[in-house]
Amino acid sequence: MPEFVLTVARFGFLILLWIFVFTVVGVIRRDLFAGVRSKSIVASPRGVGGAVPADRPAAKAKRGKAARQLVVTAGQLAGTRITLGEIPITIGRAEDSTLVITDDFASARHARLVLRDGQWFVEDLGSTNGTYLDRGKVSGPTPVPLGVPIRIGRTSLELRP
Amino acid sequence: MPASSPASTGEMARIPGMKTQRNAELGLLAFAMILVAAYGATVEASRIGEITPTFWVPAALLSILFLGLHFVVRYTAPYADPVLIPAVALINGLGVGFLRRLDIGDALSDKQPVPSVFAGIGGRQLVWTLIALILAAILLLVVRDHKIVSRYAYTLGLTGIVLVMIPAVLPASISEVNGAKLWIRLGAFSIQPGEFAKIALVSFFAYYLVRKREVLSLASRRVLGIDFPRGRDLGPVVTVWLLSLLVLVFEKDLGTALLYFGLFVVTLYVATERASWLIIGLLLFFGGVYVAYLLGASVGGPFANFYDRAQVWLNPFDNENYERLGGSYQLVQGLLSLGTGGLFGSGPGGGSPRFVPEVQNDFIFAGMGEEIGLFGLSALLVLYLLIVERGLRSALAVRDSFGKLVAGGLSFTLGLQIFVILGGITGLIPLTGQTTPFLSSGGSSLMANWLLIAMLLRISNAARGPAASGGGTDRAGGGPKKAPVQLHGAMTEVIKP
Repeated sequence: MPEFVLTVARFGFLILLWIFVFTVVGVIRRDLFAGVRSKSIVASPRGVGGAVPADRPAAKAKRGKAARQLVVTAGQLAGTRITLGEIPITIGRAEDSTLVITDDFASARHARLVLRDGQWFVEDLGSTNGTYLDRGKVSGPTPVPLGVPIRIGRTSLELRP
Repeated sequence: MPASSPASTGEMARIPGMKTQRNAELGLLAFAMILVAAYGATVEASRIGEITPTFWVPAALLSILFLGLHFVVRYTAPYADPVLIPAVALINGLGVGFLRRLDIGDALSDKQPVPSVFAGIGGRQLVWTLIALILAAILLLVVRDHKIVSRYAYTLGLTGIVLVMIPAVLPASISEVNGAKLWIRLGAFSIQPGEFAKIALVSFFAYYLVRKREVLSLASRRVLGIDFPRGRDLGPVVTVWLLSLLVLVFEKDLGTALLYFGLFVVTLYVATERASWLIIGLLLFFGGVYVAYLLGASVGGPFANFYDRAQVWLNPFDNENYERLGGSYQLVQGLLSLGTGGLFGSGPGGGSPRFVPEVQNDFIFAGMGEEIGLFGLSALLVLYLLIVERGLRSALAVRDSFGKLVAGGLSFTLGLQIFVILGGITGLIPLTGQTTPFLSSGGSSLMANWLLIAMLLRISNAARGPAASGGGTDRAGGGPKKAPVQLHGAMTEVIKP
């Protein structure tokens, strides 16, 4: 084998190795941002308590689009995403909840989200401290528009397309 | 109570619009195998002087194996992490390639013909990879929901202890290799049961700590500003840990002891979210090490081994250490190897790794470092980092505490093992015998680590899949009709004032 070929093979291998590493990183990167179609990639920081910007037209805002994800925007689990299927989502401190929140103000079985005719409804399950949709307390099954915060204790959740 | 609604979808129903990323995995896998083939070709070109017509055979065989696993994952865990298998496959493949390179080098220096693909340690590693992948596939097929594992937590804990203890009890003629009693040797066949014990112990710790989490983090006594849990809550875990440590003292293997200790501390930390555990753990560890060092210097006995290792670590280039049997010869040769490699290495097949004793096992990183240089080694290190990162991310994303603790514990163990052996080789910490995961020759390590990856795949599938498969909703899986007994069945203990 001529020396030149060996040198090319040697450096070529190293370069390929690094290309592989960067391809892997690329896949991870795409994976991280998959499904994020809203402008803010990062959930609002802790403690901001899902404060909706005042200029956001709350209720009717983004009707028509189907909710794809449930995103925790504030609280200990901030940043967690759950991809929505058709199965109801239970929220609470109980270990068998879909979203287990460790929040002192949450009940074991606090609330649940149910899909009916393409619309998600939030329902309080008799929690001690109540579930709030935006500012109003949830008393019966209430339709949840996209981007409106559901508040449970210190945790805020939103439906996102 | 409107608890979880049963969504018995049997096979995991795919929800349209959800990305499974399986095709990305397939693409990366193909890329990895091309790299393995390129490595093999370069080795043959520089070692033999020509590329033999069979240079592609190991890469092709590995491709078939990994492809098999890929399809098992496609079928049983469609949402699993796409990066884990290709990254591990590349490391595993390069390991096989390097071992084959050693075979070729040995044969040529003995004036023998070039060995066939299935001969020598390279061929053996291929067979081990096959067995390891079959085990991983079986795990994925049998364990359809990682929460099922928590059913057998105590059994697994006991199995773990027994596995660790077997070599200590066996006579040295069967269990001792290079001074460490870690093996079961039956003729040409030898396994290292401790490698498998770590998976069992992680599952046990996770189950136990999930049940006791609240008690551990709330009912504590404050001493010197640090919260200590009540002794009775901690009893079983400490017992398991002490037992494994005691056994390890008898087996003279510091690395594995460190691994279990780190695993124990970190699982505890993850479960309780209390940094005080890390502080206590580190203090205990460094205190223990220092005491052992002093004891080794003055008393000797079982600690002498440790004292010697510390000496080797502190003064590797000291002539007395270098000349002594079991001294720093190996470490120094490894360091020289890495130094000779420099930034870009001497090219695959261009080095002389046989100067380093045990280059196919513990020192494989030094041997590879000579040939692919710092540039190549850091690529491998980044891959390891990404594997661990993906494991930890699954732990963050999965929605049940047991899964979190298992995934976190397993990925941490993997990372710690890499740190322990690489730190040892590069002289950062005292050298302790550990295999480099997926790279070193040896079946036990390969099998155990592939099982670990299979478990991470399973958990990441639950973490990334639609809510039904990961959350609290029971899924009857392919298994028995009865829904898996979950942790909520056994309520977490409540503190009574």
